[in-house]
Amino acid sequence: MSIEVRHLTHAYAKGTALQTVALDDISFTVREGEFVGIVGHTGSGKSTLVQHLNGLLKPTSGQVLVDGEDLNGEKVDRRALRRRIGLVFQYPEYQLFEETVARDIAFGPKNMGLPADEIDRRVRRAMESVHLDYAKYAESSPFELSGGQMRRVAIAGVLAMEPEVLILDEPTAGLDPRGRDRILTMLEELRARDHTTVLMVSHSMEDMARLADRLLVMSEGRLAADGTPREIFGRPELMRSVGLDVPEAARLCAALRQRGYDLPPDLYRMEELRGCLLRLWKEGNAC
Amino acid sequence: MLSDITMGQYFPVDSPIHRLDPRVKLILTLAFIVAVFLAHTAAGYVLLFGFIFLVSRLARIPFGMLLKGLRPLRLILILTFLLNLFFTPGETVLLHFWVITLTREALRQAAFYSLRLVFLVMGTSLLTLTTSPVSLSDALELLFSPLKKIHFPAHELAMMMTIALRFIPTLLDETDKIMKAQMARGADFESGNLVRRARSMVPLLVPLFVSAFRRAGDLAMAMESRCYHGGEGRTRFRVLRLTRADGLALAVMAALIGLIVLEGIFLT
Repeated sequence: MSIEVRHLTHAYAKGTALQTVALDDISFTVREGEFVGIVGHTGSGKSTLVQHLNGLLKPTSGQVLVDGEDLNGEKVDRRALRRRIGLVFQYPEYQLFEETVARDIAFGPKNMGLPADEIDRRVRRAMESVHLDYAKYAESSPFELSGGQMRRVAIAGVLAMEPEVLILDEPTAGLDPRGRDRILTMLEELRARDHTTVLMVSHSMEDMARLADRLLVMSEGRLAADGTPREIFGRPELMRSVGLDVPEAARLCAALRQRGYDLPPDLYRMEELRGCLLRLWKEGNAC
Repeated sequence: MLSDITMGQYFPVDSPIHRLDPRVKLILTLAFIVAVFLAHTAAGYVLLFGFIFLVSRLARIPFGMLLKGLRPLRLILILTFLLNLFFTPGETVLLHFWVITLTREALRQAAFYSLRLVFLVMGTSLLTLTTSPVSLSDALELLFSPLKKIHFPAHELAMMMTIALRFIPTLLDETDKIMKAQMARGADFESGNLVRRARSMVPLLVPLFVSAFRRAGDLAMAMESRCYHGGEGRTRFRVLRLTRADGLALAVMAALIGLIVLEGIFLT
């Protein structure tokens, strides 16, 4: 399923003294199977943007088209649509409410009106996707788990609806490196297994370098850039002008180039930089 | 989603009214309530309306905002008007139709009583629209502090009020967020019968309570780590001082009450 955003504008508290324009004329298209990273400084409108993609917020003007159909059209069943476009909010662990992990994860599928055995299958599968042992955790209270585990339960709650598009708003915020790595690995596996289209909001350029096929750079409610990580990270001046940085590898590469090392200008993954450096050292010429 | 509540909302602009001492504004509001009840003639009501209108202009608050504040009360207003209209005894009959009799006295009383309500709401809205919740609870604490002599916990009450007010927007935001998160999981808060709707609130209320307690714990910890130990010997960051404008405002209010009393005596 594809999502097309056309001239999307959103103003909060419209018509009052407190009016603020959070999104200003945003247009882009997400194709099926893509992993799109949305990056931007705090307050650049990332969270507002993703809430439009499954109809939780209504645009002040402009459209969101899902498979060519206007999401805010009169005949569209938005609840049905939200099952196909799963949204994981920021700090999703704060939305847990059930007595057991399994029941919390079952909340979404239950709302879809699925039969009990199908719900059970989905709960097991979702827990497996987020690396939580069903036998060990299914019957424990979500409030007894660690922060990272709670987050994975919350993500499983959305995965259990088996959405075609998965949107995650800062899924790694506030986690330790290990918890973060777990979530990113989980997303990689999910894509390899189900070919889910993923949109991820993040502050971390390292996360983006690892996962994204494409980056949307937001700045003050506008779309500042849209391109592959290679194109975007190859323009550190652009990233700095919107208050962001490029991944460590790209910075290191730029510093080495400045010292006269013959490296290509658009490396941004540590592995590729390492490969190039090794070749440069052994064979005398870079890639 | 939940941003349509106008009553008790602060309207953050800079104006001579906003800058008045909150203690004075509190007293003025009380005085205004007295003035509303003292008015018994049309001229008195015109004076009251003129006062509200002028103050709202001076405070740079759109008059429509005051009117919007009346919306939650529309049912009570209509009831007050109708009940007084039909059940007030009177002599000068204006209209007689079946069992309904409309008298001049009843019409007058219905209009006055409902206008009184309108003025009360508008007058108190002017206070909350022009005074930030923090300075309002400051004012309450200072006005009640003489009662500390008889062990009235003025500081603690004001602190509780400040904290409660401070967390209203936070909790509203939180509610909004959790609601959306559950809606993204297919929750439905709007349809179904009463039982179903009440049950659909569980996924909203449990996380909300959990987070309210978490926040309360965090806040208590943060306050203690900054050595908060109650009101004893606590100094203020913003010291309130009366200015000439405050004196002037008090004088204007005194004049309004004086005029209302005088025209009550001479015009009836």
